[in-house]
Amino acid sequence: MSATHFQLDPQGRLLHFLTIEGLTRRHLTDILDTAESLHGVAERRVKKLPTLHGKTVVNLFFEASTRTRTTFELAAKRLSADVLTLNIATSSAVKGESLLDTLRNIEAMQCDMFVVRHEQSGAAEFIARHVKPHIAVLNAGDGRHAHPTQAMLDVFTIRRHKPDFAHLQVAIVGDILHSRVARSLIHALNILGAGEIRVVAPRTLLPAQVENLGVRVFHCPDDGLRDVDVIVMLRLQKERMEGALLPSEPEFFQRYGLTEERLTLAKPDVLVMHPGPINRGVEIDSRVADGPRSVILEQVTNGIAVRMAIMSITLGNHARPAGETV
Amino acid sequence: MHDAESLIEAMAGQLRELLAARGITEPMLVGIHTGGVWIAERLRQLLGITAPLGQLDVSFYRDDFSRIGVHRRVRPSELPFDVEGRHLVLVDDVLHTGRTVRAALNELFDYGRPASVLLAVLVDRGGRELPIEAHVVGARLTLPLDQEVQLTGPELLHLVIQQTG
Repeated sequence: MSATHFQLDPQGRLLHFLTIEGLTRRHLTDILDTAESLHGVAERRVKKLPTLHGKTVVNLFFEASTRTRTTFELAAKRLSADVLTLNIATSSAVKGESLLDTLRNIEAMQCDMFVVRHEQSGAAEFIARHVKPHIAVLNAGDGRHAHPTQAMLDVFTIRRHKPDFAHLQVAIVGDILHSRVARSLIHALNILGAGEIRVVAPRTLLPAQVENLGVRVFHCPDDGLRDVDVIVMLRLQKERMEGALLPSEPEFFQRYGLTEERLTLAKPDVLVMHPGPINRGVEIDSRVADGPRSVILEQVTNGIAVRMAIMSITLGNHARPAGETV
Repeated sequence: MHDAESLIEAMAGQLRELLAARGITEPMLVGIHTGGVWIAERLRQLLGITAPLGQLDVSFYRDDFSRIGVHRRVRPSELPFDVEGRHLVLVDDVLHTGRTVRAALNELFDYGRPASVLLAVLVDRGGRELPIEAHVVGARLTLPLDQEVQLTGPELLHLVIQQTG
């Protein structure tokens, strides 16, 4: 059974959130609609809902992250859950404890959810297959494979500005090869029926047979960005690169960087997005990142509501008795 | 008996008297999704209230999340006014166990501290499991446990009694 199927119960409800691949449009719109309801919580006097009161959420971050980790923490806390954050790099894994032993030790502390980020593709699924059945596992990024919560907050952000996905033209620009964000986003856009998905990158930064993902390939941004509704700039994943796939950062910026001039190729109301952290002057010009078309900071804010929705839905589905249809 | 529109007119009359007796001149109506919002809209018109309506979706405050999870049709709660120090009128279609009202009160108090909360319901069907009572009631019904009463709308409001299931 693949990760895709493993994350669903026999009634097709989400028990874990490991990958966007294989989910239905209904799965995605339920998350988006729930996130929309949760979006207003941040503006309340009391930024909390009692929904996960008494639940314990453990952030298992085997790979460095500040933004993703803190938004998951905030999401859990705003649902009144208790949160433990374990930065495994600095803890017992270094002392040689195996992954499964780490898990068993944490399970012994009676938790309800693991949020996992790991440099190995498949790590979140591995953990989901080995934890006790009542525990929900959310993938916060596994190797080059998937970053499904990022994809959800990206499509949530797009939907708030441009809800007509059928006519949407989206360009994803940069290091597609090493990007789990790109993979998950492409799956999500396809499932939601996006008009056209373009990838814009040099050949060295595109995975083999990328067209099979359901995208149109461009090597030149002057063609790839023409008339698009949304531009998603990806970070150059230097820490994932082996071998000289690029001449230099300045050359990347010159050939692919999103400048004010390149921005004019797109539709006048284009959305500029980036999963962060941004490398100013490498993939994007500061004036664009900070400019009126940019929704980069909005993506960060939306990430909290989207993660609250995914946490509520998956933990809620663990509670429901089998045999009840949604 | 099941004519919802005339029951709502009766509610408006009761509410008008109650607000006058308490000296409340600027009540804020808050409807609980979905039926409560329809009724609150009618009451607002009938009472000539100009202030905007509040809407609550109590899904995330329910006490049965551990059993039934997130309900699919959540809508955003919207309170377009400051709750602090205001006299509120909470409106719902059917009062049964009292748990929805308990959840609504918890949610309201996360927005601020109201001066008072009155409860107005279209139907009180008994079967309370919590110490909660309505100040204004359109109709009282006694129903067997395997039946439920529902308000349909939003254009024309009708009360429908049917078997649960």
